[in-house]
Amino acid sequence: MDLPATRHSILEAVRSGDATVRRDGYGTMVAVYWKPVYKYLRLKWNLAEEEAKDATQDFFARAIEKRFFDAYDPGKARFRTFLRVCLDRFLANERKASTRLKRGGGQTIVPLDFENAEGELRQHDIAVAPDLDDYFHAEWIRSLCALAVDDLREEYRQAGKKQELRVFERYDLEAPAEGMAITYGDVARECGVAVSDVTNYLFAARRAFRRLLLERLRSVCGDAREFEAEARHLLRGGLR
Amino acid sequence: MTWLPNAAIDRLRDVADFPIPATERYEILEPIARGGMGTVYRGRDRELERTVAVKVLSAVVERPDVAARMQQEARILAGLEHPGIVPIYDLGVLEDGRMFYVMKLVSGPRLDEHAAQRPLFERLRLFTRICEPVAFAHAHGVVHRDLKPDNIMIGAFGEVMVMDWGVAQVSEMGNCSGQIANCGEQLSAVVGTRAYMPPEQAHGEVVDARADVFALGGILHFLLTGTAPDASVMRGPRPLQAICRKARAGTPAARYPDVASLAADVDRFLAAEPVMALPETIADRMIRVGRKNRVAIAIVVTYLVFRYLIAMLAA
Repeated sequence: MDLPATRHSILEAVRSGDATVRRDGYGTMVAVYWKPVYKYLRLKWNLAEEEAKDATQDFFARAIEKRFFDAYDPGKARFRTFLRVCLDRFLANERKASTRLKRGGGQTIVPLDFENAEGELRQHDIAVAPDLDDYFHAEWIRSLCALAVDDLREEYRQAGKKQELRVFERYDLEAPAEGMAITYGDVARECGVAVSDVTNYLFAARRAFRRLLLERLRSVCGDAREFEAEARHLLRGGLR
Repeated sequence: MTWLPNAAIDRLRDVADFPIPATERYEILEPIARGGMGTVYRGRDRELERTVAVKVLSAVVERPDVAARMQQEARILAGLEHPGIVPIYDLGVLEDGRMFYVMKLVSGPRLDEHAAQRPLFERLRLFTRICEPVAFAHAHGVVHRDLKPDNIMIGAFGEVMVMDWGVAQVSEMGNCSGQIANCGEQLSAVVGTRAYMPPEQAHGEVVDARADVFALGGILHFLLTGTAPDASVMRGPRPLQAICRKARAGTPAARYPDVASLAADVDRFLAAEPVMALPETIADRMIRVGRKNRVAIAIVVTYLVFRYLIAMLAA
């Protein structure tokens, strides 16, 4: 995914007089929020698959067209809360007016892989009936982390750090996902590097990941206070 | 976008927060506790070759005024040299800009773990020892603002340590007799723990030392009942109930004016003297005098019973 070199905060971006900056801002926002929005629509509003796809596209398209987010005030709520309120209001109005949800009118800013999101829903989420506030929040965190991992992969690919990336993926992504407790020695053997290299590679990759994650987070926060509060919540110091 | 399962998300959130000091001096090992403002890690001071506690302030602080205030607080707390206050050894910055304090590593149970099986007398003595460092801090212009059983540790030799001064408020005047002016912007409007928090703090208003008096009243409640003040009704001797109520009065003016007065009232109870918080009835007085002189009363009663029995036998 192509990312702007410097990410403005959403608030700055969507209010910008410069159409390119505004478009980048919306692009960043859609990248982070479209999956939580889609899944939320499927679960809270019980929209059918096709209906939810249309509603997701339409919501973002309408938000851009009508500049929904110009009204956002960081002093009153977090941006993710504000966006969810906008979404609920949008859906309620659509239903009230009994207007058929339309497609996004070709205004899609980033390609939205609905099949993938639907697969995630079916595979992991749909069986449980979650608290939808918590669910939206958890999906938002998942999106942020996934985007930061994509950013890290892109950064390492460009820098030719294939081995370093492999160590990070094996130790911090695959092993926990598989429920495996592996050691640095295991990773060193699998990747054909020294144990000290594993230590160094992980150290550097985690530092880079943290930077990229916080960059992503900053881009979707209204101001420094919101960013600090969200960062405190997102990063939790290794304790449950 | 990559699909990440929950276990991978958990791992990423943890590793992204793991602190990396900008200096080689400290090695950070594993997290041991989480406080109001950050996470405490077991660490190692490579220069002095000793184990330390490293408290890393939460996540990210970007506003320079807040960072400056935190630094100022660390310096003032470092100046609070009292056996009941964990000493701060050093202050530093992580690679990512977060601040950290290096402190003495205290090992031992927390008050809530320690007090459960202790007799009342011992719990009350413990309480008065908790009051000492708090009163000392107040004399130096520092209000803790998050006193609760979880923030008090009992050391290996029974010493009391008041922990987690991360949300402490520092006055510019150097004492806490009056209201404390906020030094710059607060990190958040409301800090602390609800069950032990006075109403003025819960409303985000300016607080003074009587906010800690309120929290100490909650700790006394906990020591009497084993539960937080919002989770049970008051139990125990009436004078102690009255002390709790006075300490936890809704308005600061109705509370003890300072921690020393609160501790003194508990000391009065321990000495079987009348407490300031409870006007004494005749029944209260008889109970108290009886408790205070129970040995002498037992001797007199035994003597009288023997006299009576001897008189009966003689008749």
